[in-house]
This record gives sequence, C-alpha cells and structure tokens, in this order.
Amino acid sequence: MTITVEIAGVSKRYSKLHAVKDVAFGLNTGETVALVGHNGAGKTTLIKLMLGLIRPTEGHVRVLGEDPARGDFAVRQRLGYLPESVSFHLALTGRETLSFYARLKRVDLASADRLFERVGLAQEAVDRPVRTYSKGMRQRLGLAQALLGEPRVLLLDEPTSGLDPALRRSFYDLIAGLREQGATVMLSSHALTELEGRADRVIIVNRGIKIADGTLDELRRIARLPTRISARLADGGPAPAWANGGSHWKRTGQLLEADVSPEEKIRLLHDITAHPEQLATLTVAEPTLDDLYAHFLSGQETP
Amino acid sequence: MTNILIIAGKEIQEGLRNRWVLATTLLLAALALTLSFLGSAPTGNVGVNRLDVIIVSLSSLTIFLLPLIALLLSHDAVVGESERGTMLLLLSYPIGRSEVIFGKFLGHLAILAFATLCGYGAAAVALTSTGAEVGPESWIAFASMVGYSILLGAIFLAIGYLMSTLASERSTAGGIAIGIWLFFVLIYDMALLGGLVAAQGHAVPPLLLDLLLIGNPTDVYRLLNLGSGSAGALSGLGGIADHSRLSTPVLTAALLIWTAVPLGLANLIFWRREA
Repeated sequence: MTITVEIAGVSKRYSKLHAVKDVAFGLNTGETVALVGHNGAGKTTLIKLMLGLIRPTEGHVRVLGEDPARGDFAVRQRLGYLPESVSFHLALTGRETLSFYARLKRVDLASADRLFERVGLAQEAVDRPVRTYSKGMRQRLGLAQALLGEPRVLLLDEPTSGLDPALRRSFYDLIAGLREQGATVMLSSHALTELEGRADRVIIVNRGIKIADGTLDELRRIARLPTRISARLADGGPAPAWANGGSHWKRTGQLLEADVSPEEKIRLLHDITAHPEQLATLTVAEPTLDDLYAHFLSGQETP
Repeated sequence: MTNILIIAGKEIQEGLRNRWVLATTLLLAALALTLSFLGSAPTGNVGVNRLDVIIVSLSSLTIFLLPLIALLLSHDAVVGESERGTMLLLLSYPIGRSEVIFGKFLGHLAILAFATLCGYGAAAVALTSTGAEVGPESWIAFASMVGYSILLGAIFLAIGYLMSTLASERSTAGGIAIGIWLFFVLIYDMALLGGLVAAQGHAVPPLLLDLLLIGNPTDVYRLLNLGSGSAGALSGLGGIADHSRLSTPVLTAALLIWTAVPLGLANLIFWRREA
C-alpha cells in the first residue's frame, strides 16, 4: 500500500472563519475512506484543498506526490471529483456534457461513452437535455464525469445525499469495484449510518478539527459505548436476584432497563437468561453508528 | 491552446442551444434592414452614396446595441457559473484559470462576430440586390465599420468579464452591467456635450478633448467610422474629427487597449481568487 494523498498539519483560515485547524491524515491506494461531519464541519474545505482549488494557510497537501495547487495540473488528470449537489448546463445533453469533460481530460470519447453504462444511465436518456434529468440521473452523470480517465484518486462530496436506497446501493457497488482496481476513494457524508461495511476507514471532523480516525470497529472500541438491555418480567413472578445486584437498573412497572458496558454485557446476559420463565421479553440494543457519532461530537465539546 | 478552444466550443454550443446566437443575429439583421431601407428613403437618389448612409445608420445602431448584447452575454460568464456550481467542477479539471477566461471570451466573441457579420451583411446584400451602385471606397468603409463593430463588442465583453469576476452575485453583476452601458452610451457623451456648452466657446485644449474622446470606447468607435470621408460629412462628426489629432492607427490601438486591459484585469482577479 502506498500513500496517495497526504495532508500534514493543514489549516485553512478565511478572513473570519477558521475552516480547518491542524488536520493531518494520509490515504492509501485501494482504500475507501469516509469523511464524516456536520454541514460546515470542514469536509468540503478539505476536499477543495486536496483538489488544489484553495491553498492551505499552514501545512502542506500532497496528492500522488505533487502539490495539487501548483504546476501544470498533471495530477488532476488522475483525479476524479464529484461536487456536492453537482450541476450541469441544462440545455446540453448528457452526452455533450460528458464529451466536453472528456476532451478537457484528454480521454477518448468512446471510452467516455462506455461510462454511461457503468453508472447506469440509460441510453435513451443520454441524448436528452440535462434539464429533463431527475436528481438521481444528474448524480449518475456527475459520477460518470468523475470516473473519466480511470482516476487514481476519487473525491466524492456527499455523493449519496438525495439518492433513493436502490441507487445508493448500486452507487456503493460501483465504489467497491473501484477499490478493487486500487483507486483511493474519499467520500464525505454527514451521517455514519450508511457507511457500515462500505468504508474501510472513517475520519470524523467537527468545526475544522479531526476528532476521530479509524475503522468503525476501532471507533467502537475507543468509544466504549454501553449496550442497552431491557427486560420485561413475566407477570406475577418475584423480582429476580440479578435485578437487585447491579445498581443501574431502572424499573418502570414490569420493565427493567440498564446501560451495560461491553465487559459486563455477556456475564449479565448469562444471569438474566438463566431463568427464562421469569422473562416476558428481552431486548439487547447495541449502540448505533449515530450514537457513536454523537459520542465523538460530544467528546470534543467537553474535552 | 487546446483547452481554450474546448471552452470556446462549449460556449458556442450553449449559445446555439439557448438561442442566443439566433436571437442576436435576427435582431441585428432586422434592425439593420429596417434602418437601411428607412435611411435610404429621405435621401432618395440625390447622389449620396447609399452605402454611406447605411454606414452612418448602422454605426449608430452598433453604439447602442452591441455593447448591450456583449454585456448581457458576458456579465454572467464567471459569477453565473460560480453560482450554479459548475465552475468548481470545471476548475478541478486540468485547466488553467486564464484558459477558462480566454476560452469564454473567444466563444462569446465568435457568437458576436457571427451575429454582426450576418446581420449587417444582410443589409449590404439587400442594398446590392436593389441595384444601387456602390464604389469600392464605400465597401472598404463598410467592411471596416463591421470590423470595428466587432471590436467594440469585444471591449464590452471584456468589461463584462471584469464585472463578472468582481461581483459576488449574478444580480449585482447584471446591475453593474446595465450601469456601465448607460454610462458609456448615454451619460458620458451628454456630460461631455454639457461641458463643451458650458465652456461657451472657450477653446478646450485639444489634448484634453482627445483624452476625453479616448476615455470612452464608443466615442473612439464613432470617430473611426463617422469621422472621415463621406460618412463624416453625413454625420456632422467630421468637424470634431478634423480638430482632433487622433489618427486611425491611434484610435484602433485605443480600442485594442480597451479590450486588453479589462480582460487582463479579469484574468488576474480570477487567477488570484480562491474557488
């Protein structure tokens, strides 16, 4: 694995706003990395820095070994970018739009045409003006232009926002294919939930600061979020012994609820299920990705 | 260079698709034909070359219309694309910012040149079809009038780009464009005339007058087309032109500088700006 994108001690200050503060990370070949944060957390600024559209106030950015903001832009030939809520000239057709971008990247038009099939844009739609496209079709056209010229690094800014679940799925399938070909994919998102099993690594940013970086499992381990166990007791039975043992049970009527740390979980479940006849129902809720995300965000606010 | 041509090609393609090319060509042709037929009515066949009459009419038309068309085309070029979000994507491609500006300029200039050539050419064709005799000198004057008209359009395209890179919103750029049009086409000359009247016959230093005339590209255009030959006698501008020491090469250079400076500034500002 080689590093394709390197961000070292990068800060970006606009006249009033400190958009990115001292962020550092590296991306490797064949890696799919999700950049997660609220709107305005600095995701788009980071992506613009990697594209060389803006220059860092401090620190340096290297993409495929070069500074993307200077030079003859050779590095941009091997870079694909899908902006947030991509838009095109409405009067031109999908094919005209894509061939314009293909010419700019010096990609031959036949291979550009094949991209329509790859992103699932129907042939009859290709020759219609972009004005008639649905949000999903525009996003597919946007993805097609990002894939021009087999890019080594793909930067996708909120690529799945506004897509229906079926489209979202085919979108992630496409990204999985790119990963196998060794492309580095960075996609930004404002939610963790859809990234399970799809991103190798997650980088969480908030207010311009990187607050977490790792696989989802690593993040879960670091966060040590409790599991919520709720048990409804069978009618008429006496209160079981385990209900009095731990101090953190909350009882409302027949319902018992507790937040349990990862270490106690197994032992406690064993105790609870030792006498199945005492229980009406038992629910074990693992922390969701949203909980995990909220944990990291709140962790930053009260350091 | 290839990138400039690609951008120019796309501008032309968009212009054809959203009917800009068609609309401006038809507008110019319709007005040129109307003016040339109405313009020839009062003179009848009193010996004045009829093409010279057309040159005078079309020059006046150009001064009002071409700057307006050019500003309408160009004020949106940068700020509009930034607002629609297409500029960000374009700049992420392997293309320099000056290539974007020059490419757009070239594309818009091609649209403008096409509309002017077709529109004014239609008037010339209509005139010859009536069997009027036109001397070679008048044809040269007509051709240079068309050429200078396109150059005048280029100036206002460049000024429009400057506005478009400076403004942060489309509506602002549009408002400024209208203001610029009013200033150069109407207000400037009225103020100049007012000033000359207020001077009450005191001689205005010739250098000052020259500078004031060069300070407005539409006046330079006027001097070039109406200041000499039989067109000068027809328009009455020959009087001013005789006093002015501005020669045709100087005036042409002034028009070229009026194109290069705003375009260069627009390029510089766009290059320094962060997307």
